[in-house]
Amino acid sequence: MPEITFEAAEVTVDGPDDRPRTILSATSLTLTEQRIGVIGGNGSGKSTLARLVNGLVTPTSGRVLVDGLDVAREGAAVRRRVGFCFTDPAAQLVMPTCVEDVELSLRRHEKDRVRRRQLALDTLARFGLAERADVSVHALSGGQRQLLALAGVLATEPDVLVADEPTTLLDLRNTRMIGEVLFGLPQQLMLVSHDLDLVARCDRVLVVEDGRVRFDGPARDAIADYVESVSA
Amino acid sequence: MSMTVGVYRPGRTLLHRLPVGAKLLGLAVLSVAIVVVRGPLTSLAFLAVALACALIGRLDLRVAARGLRGVLIAAVIVAAFQWWLFSLGRAVESLLDLVSLGLLALTLSVTTAVSAMLDAVVRWLTPLRHVGVDPERVALTIGLAVQSLPGTLALATETRDAARARGLERSPRAYLTPFVIRVVARAHETGDALKARGIGD
Repeated sequence: MPEITFEAAEVTVDGPDDRPRTILSATSLTLTEQRIGVIGGNGSGKSTLARLVNGLVTPTSGRVLVDGLDVAREGAAVRRRVGFCFTDPAAQLVMPTCVEDVELSLRRHEKDRVRRRQLALDTLARFGLAERADVSVHALSGGQRQLLALAGVLATEPDVLVADEPTTLLDLRNTRMIGEVLFGLPQQLMLVSHDLDLVARCDRVLVVEDGRVRFDGPARDAIADYVESVSA
Repeated sequence: MSMTVGVYRPGRTLLHRLPVGAKLLGLAVLSVAIVVVRGPLTSLAFLAVALACALIGRLDLRVAARGLRGVLIAAVIVAAFQWWLFSLGRAVESLLDLVSLGLLALTLSVTTAVSAMLDAVVRWLTPLRHVGVDPERVALTIGLAVQSLPGTLALATETRDAARARGLERSPRAYLTPFVIRVVARAHETGDALKARGIGD
C-alpha cells in the first residue's frame, strides 16, 4: 500500500478580523492501511483533511506526502496517483455522454482516439455501465451518476482513492452498491463518510473534531468514540 | 432547453461517418450560401437540402421539432415584420432560411459527438502551439461551456422554485442572489473536480 504522511500539517485561512482561523491544526499521521475511514461532524475539518491528500488544499505549514511526493510542490504527480471522488457527481461529470466523460480522464494517458475510446468502454463495462455508454450523463440515476464519477476517476488506475462523502446523496440501495464497489477496490481507500455502517468496514478510522484528530484507531472503537462525543 | 446540448445520437449513417472537418466546412458553406443567395424559390431549394441532410442523418423528427421550436418562434416573428415592412416574398424567404440554418446546425449536433468536435479543435489548434496556445485547454474550455448549460438551467429552476416556495416569486433579489452564488460555487466545484482528475495540470 502507498504511504500517506502528514508532518505537522496545518491549514489556516484569514478570518474576517485579520486573525487566522484554523481549519485543521497541526496533524501528524502515517497512513499505510488499505482502508482508512474519516468521520466527524459537519465543518469539523474532515473534508480539508481529505483534500490535503491530493493537493486540492495545501497545508499552510507542515507537509503532506504521498509515497514521498510533497502534495504542495509536486501536485500534478500526486494527483496522478491519488484519485478523488466528490459528494455531488454533477459537479465532476463535465462531458455530455458517459463514455466521453471517461475519455476525458484518459486524454493524457492515451493519445490515440480509437484506443482511448476502447479503454473508456472497457472501464464502463467494469462498472456495469456498458450499455449506458452513449447516454447523456444527465439521464442517469443518482447511483449510476456516482458510479460513473468513480469510473472516470479510476479509469487512470490511481494507487489511492479519496472519497469525500460519496454516498451522502444516495438512497440505501445505491449506498450499498457504491459501498460494495469501494470496498472491492484493490486501491488504498480514504473514505470520508457519515455512514457509520460503511466506515465500520475500514481498517483504521480517524475521528475529526474542531480541526483536529480526536481519535485514531480501529473502526469499532472510533465509532464508539464518535457516538459518545455526540451524546455527551 | 438549448437546442444543441446533449442531442447527439450515435449511429452509422453517412453523416455520422464523415469527418468533423468536412461536416463543419459543409455547414459553413451552406450557411453562407443560404444567407447570400436571395429569393424565396432558392430558399425553398435550400430547405429541401437541409431536410435531405436531416433525413440522411436519421434525425428523430420529434427531437428536431423540439430543438427547433425556439428558432421557429423567432423566425415567425421576423417573418411577420418582414411581411409588414417589405413583402410576402421577403417574409417567406427569411422564414425558410432561418429554419434551414437551424435544421442544418441541429443535424451537425445530432450526428457529431462533442468529444469528436473537441478532437478536431485540438488537431486544428496544434500548429498554434508555437505561439503559446494549448489546444487541449481550448478544447476543454469549449466543452465545458457547452456542458455547463443544462446544469446552469437546472440551478436556475431550483433557485426559482426555492424563492417561490417562500412566496418570494416577485422579488428578483431572492431569486438572482442565490442563483449567482450557486453558479459560482458550482464553477469552483467543477474546477476542483477537474484539478482532482489531473486535467489541466
